[in-house]
Amino acid sequence: MQFDRREAEPGAGKGSARTVIETFVLHLRPVRVPKATIRFTHTFGLGGMALVLLGTLALTGSLLMLGYTPVPGEAYASVERLDGAVLFGAFVRALHHWSANLLVLVAGFHMLRVFFTGGFLDGRRLNWLVGLGLLSAIAAAAFTGYLLPWDQLAYWAVTIVTGMAGYVPLAGPALANFLRGGPEIGPATLRTYYALHTQWLPAMLFVGAGFHFWRVRKAGGVVVPPDAVHDENGKVERALFLPDLFWRETAVALILLAALTLFSAVVRAPLGPAANPGLSPNPAKAPWYFFGFQELLVHLHPLFAVVVVPALAALALVALPYLGFPSGEPRGVWFLSRTGRRTARLAAVAGAALAASLVILDGTRLGRSVSLAGSTALVLRGVLPTVALLAVCFAFCRVLRSRFEATRLESAQALFVFLAAAFVTLTVTGIWFRGAGMALAWPWNG
Amino acid sequence: MERVTPPAAGGADAERRSILKLGWIGVGIAALGEMLWIVASFLKPRRQESKNDGSLIVAGPSDTFAPGSVTAYPAGKFYLVRLADGGFLALHRQCTHLGCSVPWDEASGRFKCPCHASVFDLRGDVLSPPAPRPLDIFPVRIENGIVKVDVSAPIRRSAFDPTQVTQA
Repeated sequence: MQFDRREAEPGAGKGSARTVIETFVLHLRPVRVPKATIRFTHTFGLGGMALVLLGTLALTGSLLMLGYTPVPGEAYASVERLDGAVLFGAFVRALHHWSANLLVLVAGFHMLRVFFTGGFLDGRRLNWLVGLGLLSAIAAAAFTGYLLPWDQLAYWAVTIVTGMAGYVPLAGPALANFLRGGPEIGPATLRTYYALHTQWLPAMLFVGAGFHFWRVRKAGGVVVPPDAVHDENGKVERALFLPDLFWRETAVALILLAALTLFSAVVRAPLGPAANPGLSPNPAKAPWYFFGFQELLVHLHPLFAVVVVPALAALALVALPYLGFPSGEPRGVWFLSRTGRRTARLAAVAGAALAASLVILDGTRLGRSVSLAGSTALVLRGVLPTVALLAVCFAFCRVLRSRFEATRLESAQALFVFLAAAFVTLTVTGIWFRGAGMALAWPWNG
Repeated sequence: MERVTPPAAGGADAERRSILKLGWIGVGIAALGEMLWIVASFLKPRRQESKNDGSLIVAGPSDTFAPGSVTAYPAGKFYLVRLADGGFLALHRQCTHLGCSVPWDEASGRFKCPCHASVFDLRGDVLSPPAPRPLDIFPVRIENGIVKVDVSAPIRRSAFDPTQVTQA
């Protein structure tokens, strides 16, 4: 064994900073971890990156709080002052802004990683749900932070998203009023979002993340790949946390921080013109991570775009670990198996192609003739597309089971890829291919 | 060390325990309710604050508005429309789709929402989706030839009908 016992024992080399760090870290982490799981490409370090970003956000955020005034008349000016008159103010705000955007991305990729390596089954089912909760909290934190600069983009993005809440059946108008603190965005909205963004959501995120990491440890670390080496007793080969995993994690964290710092030093956080409640910009767009939904709004009846489709998606994600996948199937490896890889590739292409062609079809005059008002619209732009989508999913599963002899887990994975590819296509359309009046446009035509 | 053994199940002791347990649960629920009440009371004043105090806006003498004209009142967040027949209609400027401010496009004679491309005609009716219903209206009163608009609460409607119009 290459491990020098003196290094980990408290008391040996007492006083050196490295010993202090190492003994402290060993209180939090196990001494040994399955060797096959420490390979970088097994997890891409996404969970750890999310934690580093949360830390960065907490630090930069608490600095920004010292210079920010959460009052409509003064918020924009205080952000301008932070950007212009405070030493390193623009840098700290950029770091906060880019960390937040990256966190949404990293957390999303982390969920995909867990899903594609089958890390949501068996003893990890509860933790999948905790992860979904954390992902929603991250989205909520990013969204509430979006309003705070009080520029045109912020004001109208929040108008649109809170307007979406108004389409929830029965409780809709009350819910929208509650989210805004009144019929329109105003001082109460800003105060509420400020409290949520700086107190409630960070508290939830840190407690939730702690629980999330603890559950991973209870499950014996991250999911073990099937090609892991086992000894004669059937026990998986282990590596020492110190130094093998710890220094890898530290390296990932430092590289991430270095990249973020460099990027934030060069690219400032955007700040548009001050909010003007009388003038909506054209086009008015939600934050990029909500763009898939806003794209749905262009095509579907609001009730379906805002409530039915997202609710179905959320339900599917929550139910996923409880669908009774047989425990004998392979997991711990990317895309499960050869069939899994093939079907996932097919599903990605099919999902993206279907979404893109539907967007283009609906964007031409063909689709525009159908009004979204009245009960006919509810059927034509709500019930019909939803039923058609479910039918396509069902048929797709059938094909996978019969043509590719995919297992249930592989079929579920391909279906997930299919829908995720469609959603990503919608998001990309919204970010780059929507111009004035939300008409389809090339990005270079403005 | 001697440990206190719990008494055997049954008898007056067990009954007392279960009653006490119920009591604790009751106290817990009461405390939770109280906390929710406190949270609700913190959220309450926001509603009153955002209510419009100057709810009656005096738009001006009715004969200053030409038939077929649209006048914006940013303070009241509405457009005063004078229809071709001389009737008045106060349209809420907020799009019924997702709440963007709808500008009046003089050239085409329509309200065009910049957010999701909804189009409304002079009477606020939907010409082009995704807006699900016509623009909301505010009650218009004409007293001694002066047009006044009550902007305390917008009124929802499913379609334009002549009873919504106030004749001069």
